[in-house]
Amino acid sequence: MTQENIVYKKPTLMNDTPMHYCPGCSHGVVHKLVAEVIEEMNMEERTIGVSPVGCAVFAYRYIDIDWQEAAHGRAPAVATAIKRLWPDRLVFTYQGDGDLACIGTGETLHALNRGENFTIIFVNNAIYGMTGGQMAPTTLLGQKTSTCPHGRDPELHGYPLSITELAAQLDGTCYVTRQSVETVAAIRKAKQAIRKAFEASMQGKGSSLVEIVSTCNAGWKMSPQQANEWMQENMFKKYPKGDLKDTL
Amino acid sequence: MTTEIIISGFGGQGILSMGKILAYCALMDGKEATWMPAYGPEQRGGTANVTVIVSDKPISSPILSRYDIAIVLNQPSLDKFQHRVKPGGTLIYDCFGISSPPTRTDIQVFSIDAMAKATELQNAKVFNMVVLGALLGTHPITSTDALRRVLEKTLPERSHSLIPLNLQAVEEGRKMVSQA
Amino acid sequence: MEQEIMLMKGNEAIAHAAIRCGTDGYFGYPITPQSEIIETLAQLRPWETTGMVVLQAESEVASINMVYGGAGAGKRVLTSSSSPGIALMQEGIAYMAGAELPGVFVNVQRGGPGLGTIQPSQSDYFQATRGGGNGDYNVIVLAPASVQEMADFVDLAFELAFRYRNPAMILSDGVIGQMMERVVLPPMKPRRSEEEIRRECPWATIGRSKDRPVNIISSLELDSQEMEKRNLHLQEKYRTIREHEARYELTTTEDADMLIVAFGSAARIAQKAIELAEEEGMKADLLRPITLWPFPAEALREAAKGKRGILVVEINAGQMVQDVRLCLEGSVPIQHFGRLGGIVPDSEEIVGELRNFKKQSS
Repeated sequence: MTQENIVYKKPTLMNDTPMHYCPGCSHGVVHKLVAEVIEEMNMEERTIGVSPVGCAVFAYRYIDIDWQEAAHGRAPAVATAIKRLWPDRLVFTYQGDGDLACIGTGETLHALNRGENFTIIFVNNAIYGMTGGQMAPTTLLGQKTSTCPHGRDPELHGYPLSITELAAQLDGTCYVTRQSVETVAAIRKAKQAIRKAFEASMQGKGSSLVEIVSTCNAGWKMSPQQANEWMQENMFKKYPKGDLKDTL
Repeated sequence: MTTEIIISGFGGQGILSMGKILAYCALMDGKEATWMPAYGPEQRGGTANVTVIVSDKPISSPILSRYDIAIVLNQPSLDKFQHRVKPGGTLIYDCFGISSPPTRTDIQVFSIDAMAKATELQNAKVFNMVVLGALLGTHPITSTDALRRVLEKTLPERSHSLIPLNLQAVEEGRKMVSQA
Repeated sequence: MEQEIMLMKGNEAIAHAAIRCGTDGYFGYPITPQSEIIETLAQLRPWETTGMVVLQAESEVASINMVYGGAGAGKRVLTSSSSPGIALMQEGIAYMAGAELPGVFVNVQRGGPGLGTIQPSQSDYFQATRGGGNGDYNVIVLAPASVQEMADFVDLAFELAFRYRNPAMILSDGVIGQMMERVVLPPMKPRRSEEEIRRECPWATIGRSKDRPVNIISSLELDSQEMEKRNLHLQEKYRTIREHEARYELTTTEDADMLIVAFGSAARIAQKAIELAEEEGMKADLLRPITLWPFPAEALREAAKGKRGILVVEINAGQMVQDVRLCLEGSVPIQHFGRLGGIVPDSEEIVGELRNFKKQSS
């Protein structure tokens, strides 16, 4: 096969370690986009990723860059120090909804509000995947999880948290966007968003937050296809896609 | 020789800075010094005190329960510390607002009116320097020269014009105890 | 050149020393009685001179995780707090121990439990010397007893932390933090360059390079076989630290038949008690552990030889006394004296204890 015939290849930063993610999970696609953008920016040797506690806890196994594994919710604090101490590096955190919008709400909002020059990749699948499908801060009203088996009830559990909308209000953020990765078109847009955010981080423009509305078909107890459809029907209503803030 | 001093009064009377100047002077004189405040939520009008120890040898505990000299600037401080002066020691108190004067007879007692003197000097802020002067009048712990150097070092440049006034206040304090 | 005479608080000395010993970053949250550390740094603006980063974090939890991030990226990073704040930091400290990260934190102790008091205390001894967070680990603990040691121990703590890739703590208290005395600041040492960091910290996450595999800082390992290996490695490291890094100061008095063991500010007060006791003919030596972990066990056994009794003086309900007992295994009568709730023991009270103890043991 000649070079011209290659229409697709796996980003070289993605290694061959078998992923622990369930088939149909959005994480694999998001990982690939992050790896592609780092490569395209030629930042392989100057990037430090911070992985969370949650399903993406092992992100460091799959993308061949330097990584720090943070305590639950603390990735933005960890990234704050790395970026401030190595200002010419590309620093990003990769966090789930429980990590970012629940236990780490304080760290997340304050890092964004300070305008730390790193990017948060926020994978929102409205459930705790790793610990086995418990309620997340972003779980939709009526959605069933193992800790709200009769559906999320605002009287009992409060309301789903739109933290990305909150982030857009903060003076420190320069780019806040909500994307998804369930179609080719969506994937392309999500990649553009990640690229834009990473570039803003390197240009010192402030904090960026890229939310990826995602599926957790295992946690949601659906097939991957059903999960995509359910996401489109339900998640996008509460978490509409598009740029929430763009000062770039 | 070690001199163990407590300075106590209301917050805002310049107690901590007076203690600091004294400790700094001791270092300038080649001695050792410790300065230990009773710290708390900062409150104007609340009580404040600081323990200053000056010695020609290394100082062990910065915290004491008995003192060679107590300088007390209000009634609660007088009530608390007059009984903690070692026999033969010294008590200097500011007489303003004192309704029950000290009762000890086994120590030297000096009463001063530092606020009146500071008012006379037309700067209430030198109150604590008048008090310091009274201390130096009873115990020549440090020299005027060391005092001047410390003021030059610790006061911001813009306040250096006030150094002569501060030194004058110290002299007035000295006079108060020599007349006593 | 004539050395400049400096008079400053222990807290201020920490800030000055941090700038001078090449610290790359300070991340902290205000709490009495140690806020002068961050205030002094803010006043001195080291980011304009040495390039040191100073950041007031949103919480102690964030502060310690900033230390984690900075240390993981090979930098000399410091935080400070007081007891309740240090309690909040325990998660991050355990993660640092697990990931083998060399950060430094200062605890200017106040009385507890809970919000407690802002007055001095030494009641975090257990927390400091037993690890404090989850898991089998130890933190190197230095206990300064003077403003000078506050200044000197910043660099020492960093040296030890990086030598062993282990967090190190300066366990001070409200007395040493708030008191002023003479201090000679350490000489200026430049911050390490990128090349130096690459050489000294080949494990640091500063961007992968072709000459090494990618670096991953993590305390996680789900394979128990592997996790046991990691733990055994940590235990081996702790053994080495115990063998090489125990520090203490022994002050002897001729013909002393008693020994006082005390650390930090309590040792200063105990020294005064020994001076007073000598006036009434009682003689005692003073052993001051400088490292609380590793505990100077050998030195204690040596100092205890021939003594009629050992008085352990602490500003707590009896914490280090347990290490003293473990170390001496009942060979000498041991008593504890401490005050609680922010009350600092009085040297005359200690003399009284010594007097009673001596009476009982004769």
